[in-house]
Amino acid sequence: MTQLPSSHSQDQKADALRYALLLDWGTRIGLISLVISFAAYMFGLLVPHVPLDQLPMVWNQPAKTFLQQTGTPTGWGWVRLAHKGDLSNLIGIALLAGCSIPPLLGLIPLYLKRRDFLYAGICGLITIVLVLAASGLLTGGH
Amino acid sequence: MFAPPRPPLDVQVPLWAWRRLGLLLLLIFALPAFAADSVVPASTMPWWFWPLALFATCFLIGIVAVPAGIGGGTLFVPIIGGFFPFHLDFVRGAGLMVALASALAAGPMLLRGGLSSLRLALPLALLASISSIGGALLGLALPASVIQTALGLIVLGIVTLMLVSKKSEFPVVSQPDRLSSALGIHGVFVDGASGRSIDWQVHRTPVGLLLFLAIGVMAGMFGIGAGWANVPALNLLMGAPLKVSAGTSGLVLSLVDSSAAWVYLNRGAVLPMVAVPSVVGMMVGARIGARLLHVLKGSVIRKMVIALLLFAGIRALLKGLGLWV
Repeated sequence: MTQLPSSHSQDQKADALRYALLLDWGTRIGLISLVISFAAYMFGLLVPHVPLDQLPMVWNQPAKTFLQQTGTPTGWGWVRLAHKGDLSNLIGIALLAGCSIPPLLGLIPLYLKRRDFLYAGICGLITIVLVLAASGLLTGGH
Repeated sequence: MFAPPRPPLDVQVPLWAWRRLGLLLLLIFALPAFAADSVVPASTMPWWFWPLALFATCFLIGIVAVPAGIGGGTLFVPIIGGFFPFHLDFVRGAGLMVALASALAAGPMLLRGGLSSLRLALPLALLASISSIGGALLGLALPASVIQTALGLIVLGIVTLMLVSKKSEFPVVSQPDRLSSALGIHGVFVDGASGRSIDWQVHRTPVGLLLFLAIGVMAGMFGIGAGWANVPALNLLMGAPLKVSAGTSGLVLSLVDSSAAWVYLNRGAVLPMVAVPSVVGMMVGARIGARLLHVLKGSVIRKMVIALLLFAGIRALLKGLGLWV
């Protein structure tokens, strides 16, 4: 195999360390939020939208039927009910689903500094895809 | 003696064989229609038993999934869908979150250890993220039993591919293709098992990009992540070392599953009571699994991948056909 220039390896290491740092923190914040909200849900500190003892009667139904029977909204409609014990957990889930965005944005200045416009553009495009998916505009969530 | 006339070259397959093949295909595509696809029988256990059981099961799945180089969702969906009382919609929604959480938990450690390459992952993840949104929309529109049947066939096909291929721990890539050279996709990693420093590069990048476009569709459609397809594509097709393939697969998964997960979340198919104990159990287990990846030999990881994929594939196929519901 070919001998690689050391600067390439050092650049890759720097990119990986920055991405890892931001991803690690995003994952931790999402996980902590998830654990706290789930504990509040389980111990009854927050009143759930669907009572715990009634869940077994609806969690075996298709999602569409579950939403109709429980009056749970689709898209970002859950934010209005985020004070409810069960739906408060979606904050942590949304944080986990979105925690790749800060590391991608964090890489762009590194690539631009090295005039690596191609990879800066790729990071920007992935970010746009994730934001569009989260918005529900592409997925019919609204 | 009478010699029977030889059949013409273009009619070598007898009619009865075609009939049997037709019957088999009919059964494969018709049986899912009779598979249990709507309401799952209610459980007699108290409600609190199920989140505890989910946590314990996902902790164990998380330990084995990361060294195997597959998303935890690949194992999660058949196991939880088969033995827990939740509807498949919520199992698939939680499965994507589990696959995502597994990849996120292991990602930073794999990046710091040099086992995951951003330059390899980002172009592939861009295409796969876009297509996973389309796949998720398609998957939520199709009957679950049809998806399960197709999934089982695909996974068993990958198992066959991995069994046939012999050289994959350190594939020989004599010449990188022009696209991978232009993108600067190459690197160095230190194999923890042997202590060797290994330079790697890839080839067949254009085909790899197209394949990841298809992988994204499948990841979103089946709601199980895509590690089972990522590792063979990176390792067998593009020629990345097995450990780099497994590590980079996790990074691609974290981006592809994020896109697909948003679709499930927006459609109300993520139930916190199913998703949260699963995600937390998987993340704790995955951190232990990521440590094993740095220490275990590549051949051990390969055997684990094949065994886990075989089980997941058979389970999905039988469930889709309604033979093991």
